[in-house]
Amino acid sequence: MNYHPFVIPFTVGALFLFGVVFYKFYAWIAALDRKQKFMVKQNIFSFKTIRAIGEIFREALVHHNIYKKNPVLGYMHMSLAFGWFLLIVVGKIKASLYAGTFFEPPWLGIFFNFFAVDGHAFSYGEMLTFTMDFLLLIILSGLALAIIKRVKSSLLGMRKTTKHSRFDRIALSSLWFIFPLRLMAESTTASLHGNGGFLTNSVGHLIPSAIAPYAELPLWWAYSISLFVFFVALPYSRYMHIPTEVVLILLRNWGADTGEQLSGYTDIQLNSCSRCGICIDACQLNFAAGISDVQSVYFVRDARYKTLSDEVVNNCLMCGRCSNECPVGLELTLVRQQFRNKQEIPGKFYYEYTEPVESKAGVDVIYYAGCMTHLTPSIIISMKKIFEAAGVNYWFMDEDKGVCCGRPLRQQGFIQQSKNLVIKNSRIINSARAKLLVTSCPICYKSFREEYNLNLPVMHHTEYIEGLLADGRITLNASNVTVVYHDPCELGRGANIYEQPRNILRNFSLIESDYEKENSLCCGGSLSDAILDLRLQLKIRDHALGELTKDKPEVLVTACPLCKKSFVHGNKARVMDIAEIVAGNLKVIARKKQSVRKEELQLV
Amino acid sequence: MKDLGFSISQSRTIDLDKSDLSAYRRVVEKVPSAKLCLMCGACTATCTARNHTDFNFRKVHLLFRRGQFEGLAEELDKCMLCGKCRLVCNRGVNTRAIIYNMRIILENLNYKSIK
Repeated sequence: MNYHPFVIPFTVGALFLFGVVFYKFYAWIAALDRKQKFMVKQNIFSFKTIRAIGEIFREALVHHNIYKKNPVLGYMHMSLAFGWFLLIVVGKIKASLYAGTFFEPPWLGIFFNFFAVDGHAFSYGEMLTFTMDFLLLIILSGLALAIIKRVKSSLLGMRKTTKHSRFDRIALSSLWFIFPLRLMAESTTASLHGNGGFLTNSVGHLIPSAIAPYAELPLWWAYSISLFVFFVALPYSRYMHIPTEVVLILLRNWGADTGEQLSGYTDIQLNSCSRCGICIDACQLNFAAGISDVQSVYFVRDARYKTLSDEVVNNCLMCGRCSNECPVGLELTLVRQQFRNKQEIPGKFYYEYTEPVESKAGVDVIYYAGCMTHLTPSIIISMKKIFEAAGVNYWFMDEDKGVCCGRPLRQQGFIQQSKNLVIKNSRIINSARAKLLVTSCPICYKSFREEYNLNLPVMHHTEYIEGLLADGRITLNASNVTVVYHDPCELGRGANIYEQPRNILRNFSLIESDYEKENSLCCGGSLSDAILDLRLQLKIRDHALGELTKDKPEVLVTACPLCKKSFVHGNKARVMDIAEIVAGNLKVIARKKQSVRKEELQLV
Repeated sequence: MKDLGFSISQSRTIDLDKSDLSAYRRVVEKVPSAKLCLMCGACTATCTARNHTDFNFRKVHLLFRRGQFEGLAEELDKCMLCGKCRLVCNRGVNTRAIIYNMRIILENLNYKSIK
């Protein structure tokens, strides 16, 4: 009879775990919003599911993403996750072969060595025992790294690791005990019966034979109890990410969208966070301003346990560096936005006072500078110069009485107000029936692309100027000014525009900084943070400026009026918007031709 | 009479002993830089909303400071939070955050977060 009372804690714990996890999954899936449910129904029986299963293997078991970022950390996660998974699978196979039936009691695989004292008297027995010992060794090596990480995170290439709550510590400690206890229990049994593999037999030899008979049962009991504690703590600790990540990957592949309002998908994202703390190292508030208690990991934790404070929600630049680094791929900025969003008041309209701007008919291009660009008039002057040089028939929409695009309101959670502005601007833009909308502000650009329903394409001026250059409508003088490019958050990580500005800047001598593209820094001027003190904001700016001007470029080029405005006051290098540097180097041939033509006309 | 664009303000008394100054204290707690404001009006000069209406950061700030909340919530709704004022402020006051917090405090119920 393969039974002993010590299997009870394990069995009870496992039953509890499955019950709670499936109840939670059910509640979250029921709480998905209509659009998310629709996407699930659409894609559940499609190729996307197979792709998702591949991703589950790659990310939830092998932890490929973490491995790419930090191989040691990747190995640690893989050894624990994939190692344990294989230990369960191989244990199950071994137990089934031993019992001669697929339906042996579930604890047989877990406590196999205690029950199967008659050595390897079944097919593949020795090979399987060797595999189990090998897997246990791999897990123990990962565990050693985990302990080192806890004690001194810098040894594993992490500057800061997460500070855990008491509950997480209980789960963590029980997890640390499971495998050493398993090793000790199996080794003690091996020293008594000689049924171990290379690892357990060797360790078994070290155990004095006088102690072994008395230590055997207590060790198996301890192993079972540590499993029980871990299983019971799991759904309420960070280890809930283990089962939840599987659901997250499935939903993401089926095309679920984070959306504006909280939903079951938000809960799934919150529970998928493993609190690895990679986002803390990525956050400029941490490494440039010295704030280390508002990062995404703490935001997600507090949101999950419903202890969220105002400061944690709002003290964030929303630059997107953390979402970019997150190994689980959580949409941290969007989730944080959901928690900022305020309730809408039905039937209420805002900004009734704005005077409707008459839209100008018969133009090809509408130019919307944006509020911030009005504070950097050099960008407007440059854009006008470029439009004229290219001979574009354009209309400067917000030259005099413009209204905001609505994104700053949205980022602060005033969704309804933002929507009212969107309606106002859309009406003006759509009634002009132009062919293209060009804006100089990445914030407006993102807003136009995502929130507006326009009858014309939208371009940021970097895209537009690149197009003009490619078509030969404007040409640039050869220049060997050394420039470094700073990717604005909203244009780079926000709208994925990386190549266009670089293509323009190839006309100059472009040097690379350490913070290119997805890894670019925030200038500190972000509007999204209504809490950050000016002093700290300047610290972030100075750090970013220092990094960008390390190689002493003559000009620091950016493509956002807000970034320009922030950097200009740092006095480290000459700061220019990409439109300015282009306008300053325009070949004037095209223009001369036009004026010549005018003179000819006058003569006629 | 020719309208020169000036008018006489109605006489009124502001009794600071009787006004509710606690709301402003809450704002200062959240945005300490509020204390630096000189009421110079640079923020108002650049304001996007001011371009359309008589919205005036200096005015709302002063009214709130003195605890005169009458009609202030509607006035604050005129702000688009675009943040220009914060950039021009020569004292480094986070004017945008002040407006944001005044809004939250005044319309606590309407601006309820969906936590």
